[in-house]
Amino acid sequence: MKTLLSLVVWFVLWEIAGRLKLSTIVPPFSAVIEAMFEIAPTEKFGKAAIITLRSFGLGMGLALVVGIPLGIVMARVKGIGRLLGMWVNIFVSAPISALVPILMAVLGIGETTVVVTVFLFAVFVITLDTQVGITHADRSLVEMARSFGAKRHQLYTKVLVLSALPEILAGVRLGAIRGVKGVVIGQLLVAIIGVGELFEVYSNNFLMEEFWALVLIVFLFAFAISEAIAALERRVEYYAASR
Amino acid sequence: MTEAIVEVKGIGKTYDSGVEALRDVNLSFPKGQLSTLLGPSGCGKTTLLKIIAGLLPRNAGQVLVKGKPVDGPGPERAFVFQDFALLPWASVLRNVAFGLELRGEPKEKREEVARKYIAEVGLKGFEHRYPAQLSGGMRQRVGLARALTVDADIILMDEPFSSVDEQTRRKFQEDLLDLLRHHQKTVIFVTHSIEEAAYLSDQIALLSPRPGRVSKIVRPNVDHSRSPDEIRRDRGYLDTVDEIWGMLRQYV
Repeated sequence: MKTLLSLVVWFVLWEIAGRLKLSTIVPPFSAVIEAMFEIAPTEKFGKAAIITLRSFGLGMGLALVVGIPLGIVMARVKGIGRLLGMWVNIFVSAPISALVPILMAVLGIGETTVVVTVFLFAVFVITLDTQVGITHADRSLVEMARSFGAKRHQLYTKVLVLSALPEILAGVRLGAIRGVKGVVIGQLLVAIIGVGELFEVYSNNFLMEEFWALVLIVFLFAFAISEAIAALERRVEYYAASR
Repeated sequence: MTEAIVEVKGIGKTYDSGVEALRDVNLSFPKGQLSTLLGPSGCGKTTLLKIIAGLLPRNAGQVLVKGKPVDGPGPERAFVFQDFALLPWASVLRNVAFGLELRGEPKEKREEVARKYIAEVGLKGFEHRYPAQLSGGMRQRVGLARALTVDADIILMDEPFSSVDEQTRRKFQEDLLDLLRHHQKTVIFVTHSIEEAAYLSDQIALLSPRPGRVSKIVRPNVDHSRSPDEIRRDRGYLDTVDEIWGMLRQYV
C-alpha cells in the first residue's frame, strides 16, 4: 500500500513536470502511458520483444545450466573452489559492460553477443550463491543420507541441492535482474537488434514519449521476473527458516 | 552370554588435528541387547559409534558385523541422530520413508511401511506435518521411526534424548524399551547420563577420556520386564548408578 502511494506521488510529480515543459526530454507521464499502449501492439515492437526475450532466455538458461553445477562443484571439491573462487568473486563485482565491445569484436554484431552478455551478467552471482548454499548445507543431513546408503547422485538430488535451494533461488533472482541489464546493455552497444535498436531509434529521433514508454516496459519486465522468483523463494523460505 | 552381533577390535582414531580420540578399543555387543557407551564428554563415544556406523574412517582396528568386517554404512545398521537430521522440506511420512526411498522402494510400498512405524512411535495423525511443526521429542520419534523402517537388526543411537526435555525423555525411554524389545533389535546407545544408561542397558561400556579407551564393562542387574517405576526404585538399578558414578568421578 505504501509503495503504491509512493508511486502515485512520483507519477503526479512527473506529470506536473511534464506539463510545465521543464525539459524536452521529460514528457508528461500520461503521454508516456499513452505511448506505451501505442507501441506495444506494433509489429516492430513485437519483433524487438521476441528477439530480446529470446536473447534473455538463452543467456539465462545458459547461466543456470553452467552456474548452478559450477557452484556445486566449487563447494564440494575444495581444490576447484580455491582455483576458481577468486575469479568468480572478481567477476561478480566487475563491470561486465566493459567487456561487451570485446565480445562484439570476437562474436560479431548480433544475437550471439547479446546472449553471451546476458550469460556473463547473470552467471557469477548464481555460481557464488550456489556455492555458499551447498557449503552451508546441513552436514548431519549428509551424514544421515550416507548412513541410509545414499548413492552419490542421490546425495546431490535428494539432499544437497534441496538444502541449498534458498541460496540458489536468491542467486537466480539476482542473476535474472542482472540478466535484464545485460540484455539491454548488450543490445544498446550492439545497437542493431531488439529493444536496444528501438531505444536507439527513439532517442535519435527525439521520440521521448516512446522512449520513456519503452523504459517503463523494460522496468516492468525486470520487476515481474524478480517478483516471480521472489514468490518462489517465499514458498521455500518456510523450511529455510527452520534449518 | 549371547553371541556378539557387532565386535570392534583394536579400534584407534586420531583426527587430522592430531587429537587422539580412541586407542585400542575392544568391545563386543551381544545380539538382541541394548549396550551403552557411557563416558564424560571428550571420551570419543560418539566417534566410536560413528566408526561402527561406517560414517567415520578409523586409523586402526576392525569393525565386525555378524562376523564380517565392514568398511562403510550398511543396511543391517541404522542410525538415530542427536540433532534428529530430518529433511526440513519433507513431511513426517517422507522423512520416515527416506531410508527406503534411497533404496529405490516404490512409493506406495515404502509409505505403507512408514505409516506402520509412525503409528508405532506414537505419531499417528502427524504423517503430513513438517519437522518444524513438531516438538523436539516428536522429531526424535520421527528419527527413530525412520531407523526402524529400514528393518536393520542394529540400531545405533547417538545421544538421542539430549535435545529432548526431561518429561518427554522419560516417556520416550519407556516407549523405546518396549519397542526395541518387541522388535528384538540390537541397540548401541551413546549417552552421558548415568541414570539413562543404568535404566536402559543390558551392558554398559565405560570409556575413559583422551584417548578414549574402555575402562570397565558393567552389566546392570536390572530386570527390564518390571514396570518403569519399579525399576527406578530397584536395588540393582540404584547400585549400578552408584557403581558407575564411583568410577566416573575420577574423570570429572
